[in-house]
Amino acid sequence: MSTSVKTSSPKTEPRAPQQYSDRAKAERRLGWLLAGPAFVVMLAVTAYPILQAVFDSLFSYRLTAPDEREFIGLGNYAVILSDQVWWRDLGVTLLITVVTVVVELILGFALALVMHKALKSVRGLLRTAILVPYGIITVVSAFAWFYAFDINSGFVNNWFDWVPGIDPDLNWFAQGSTSLFVIMASEIWKTTPFISLLLLAGLAQVPDELTEAAEVDGATWWERMSRVVLPNMKAAIMVAVLFRALDAFRIFDNVFIMTNGAFGTEVLSLLAYRTSISRLEIGLGSAVSVLLFICVLLICFIAIKLFKVDLAGARGGK
Amino acid sequence: MPHAERPQSRNRNRPRALAGVTVALGAMLLSGCAAESGTPTLTWYINPDDGGQEAIAEKCTAESGGAYRIETSLLPNDAASQREQLARRLAAGDSSLDIMSLDPPFIPELAEPGFLAPVPADVTERTTQNVVEGALAGAQWKGELVTVPFWANTQLLWYRKSVAEAAGLDMSQPVTWDQLIEAAESQDKYLGVQGQRGESMTVWINALVESAGGQIIENPEAPADEIRLGLTSDAGVKAAEIISTIGKEGLGSPGLPTQDENNSMILFQGDDGSFMVNWPFVWPATNAAVEAGSLDESLIEDIGWTLYPRVNEGEPTAPPLGGINLGVGAESEHPDLAYQAIECIVTPENQAEYFVTNGNPPSNTEAYEDPQIQENFPMADTIRESLELSAPRPQTPYYNEVTTSLQLRWTPPADVDPQSTPRTTAAFIESVLEGENLL
Repeated sequence: MSTSVKTSSPKTEPRAPQQYSDRAKAERRLGWLLAGPAFVVMLAVTAYPILQAVFDSLFSYRLTAPDEREFIGLGNYAVILSDQVWWRDLGVTLLITVVTVVVELILGFALALVMHKALKSVRGLLRTAILVPYGIITVVSAFAWFYAFDINSGFVNNWFDWVPGIDPDLNWFAQGSTSLFVIMASEIWKTTPFISLLLLAGLAQVPDELTEAAEVDGATWWERMSRVVLPNMKAAIMVAVLFRALDAFRIFDNVFIMTNGAFGTEVLSLLAYRTSISRLEIGLGSAVSVLLFICVLLICFIAIKLFKVDLAGARGGK
Repeated sequence: MPHAERPQSRNRNRPRALAGVTVALGAMLLSGCAAESGTPTLTWYINPDDGGQEAIAEKCTAESGGAYRIETSLLPNDAASQREQLARRLAAGDSSLDIMSLDPPFIPELAEPGFLAPVPADVTERTTQNVVEGALAGAQWKGELVTVPFWANTQLLWYRKSVAEAAGLDMSQPVTWDQLIEAAESQDKYLGVQGQRGESMTVWINALVESAGGQIIENPEAPADEIRLGLTSDAGVKAAEIISTIGKEGLGSPGLPTQDENNSMILFQGDDGSFMVNWPFVWPATNAAVEAGSLDESLIEDIGWTLYPRVNEGEPTAPPLGGINLGVGAESEHPDLAYQAIECIVTPENQAEYFVTNGNPPSNTEAYEDPQIQENFPMADTIRESLELSAPRPQTPYYNEVTTSLQLRWTPPADVDPQSTPRTTAAFIESVLEGENLL
């Protein structure tokens, strides 16, 4: 809410709050009143666990050996960062993030164009159809994809045995490359609708006059896209990329259900889960979680500072 | 735009928020009320089965004459997730853990920090008579009974009589893994083993190492930094050889790297089935499939069973040991009633009944006398014999680290190298236990 206040009164100078007009002041107050309760709840459910995790990460602490708890400073971080498991998992996570976001962006843009151009009569139906995968619970979709490709119960090997490399004896989940393919395909199938909706909102923001004027000037379809439409929806694209990148970086369900991290498919969230929850190593697991959190912050920082994503701009406030 | 939206969103959200608060308050009030009144309720955390534990709970509730009421609460499907849930609840001091169905390998981890209520001496005496040795060993920690054996499981070697005959194997005599590998090769069939990255892999490795006369951990009761691993012994290398051969030569089918007990049963039932090591659940499951018409009736006639294969000729086999023991949480509000209920649950009659209805073999030898068992499970005597020979998995509070490391390094089976895998696994487990490595 506070961001919307800022954008709706762009003339005030941030460094001199006393210059706010009465109207702006009232708006600010209302903004805080509205956001205040949510802000407190956010502090309670996010800030507290994060601080607790940072605190726990400084200890050697195993849940089943509470008496042996011992302060070891940054020892847990040293163990993690010097272990190739961390770097391998980071690599796998980044690979999944980059591949899925790029593919989703291209597919999502195509779907958004289709939805944008579709006749009014079918637009609602089309939008619903495209949104169905996004409405499915991730665990359910993960199981659906798992059973489709599973060597014992799957139909994919039979249906697609005309594709080179696929035969009835192909065990998709027996090696990293094919497992990652299925994991990423499932992820893309499920979240492309999300990106396409964000991009559709961006497309709707591009004034028709601009594209029409370009058309009158003799611009081709490709020129209209690259010179008029895309630059005008840059903010929407960057927000979509940022949201999806953060989501994809924290991928868990698909990997957990399909391979449980076997054969080089382990991602960072799964490593954090296995260390804290399976091994009950609260200290080490908290350290993994804190590092994962830092990675997410880094992605945000890079997106906002380097690519200048304007989170407020995409809300239609300008 | 934002101005127009604000009042709207405010109106939309308020009823929802109110409803949320009301539900939360209601739930708090309800849970507060239920805990107090009437007969003491014992919560029994059960592993999923075919309803057998639920039935026993009802029966014992009725027999208690109003002294207690047993309520069951279902744990997750696989043993590892069951352990996760129970360990976290125990560590947090959950007082609802009155009775727990526990997988034996995870018992030391819970017993060491004192998460389990001590077993009263008289209960120990009454519940340990006629219990097979392996199950009894699995119920103890540092020489003391910390849980009560309920049912005991073991793997048998199941074989297709037609394949064994064609391969010229005399199944009335003990067979070795090498013979099975040779037979499957010569008959162009698949062996039913569990090669997936999961607990079943550790079960297999442990049975092979123990059958070859070795041990995965030589001093399982030692603290983390003093544990000595026996993987690099001849027994460990021989175990790696068997797993590696089956993996590399494709004898376990293309599905081997993701094969669990259920998948190997399906493989065994099919045209490519030959020999399979598996728990006794396959017998009722196969019979049910035949009755349902999904499998041919002649299959039942073709299935034979014997003791788990040997590793070395002339040395006895050490089949895998599984099962469920019953423990009581240290924070339980009614430990005495809980042990009273456990005594009711583990009576030989209930164990026999549970075997017949759910296919889980009794830990009490007396239960095997039941005529119903002999009728439903023609292999009951083989199971009993196998239980007497079986060897538990390493009983250490660090079992989770040991089994996860084994699963990481010994899968897929085709990647196991008898020369290096046992050595690197042992070094890996040591460094994980010393806190120098992630798992």
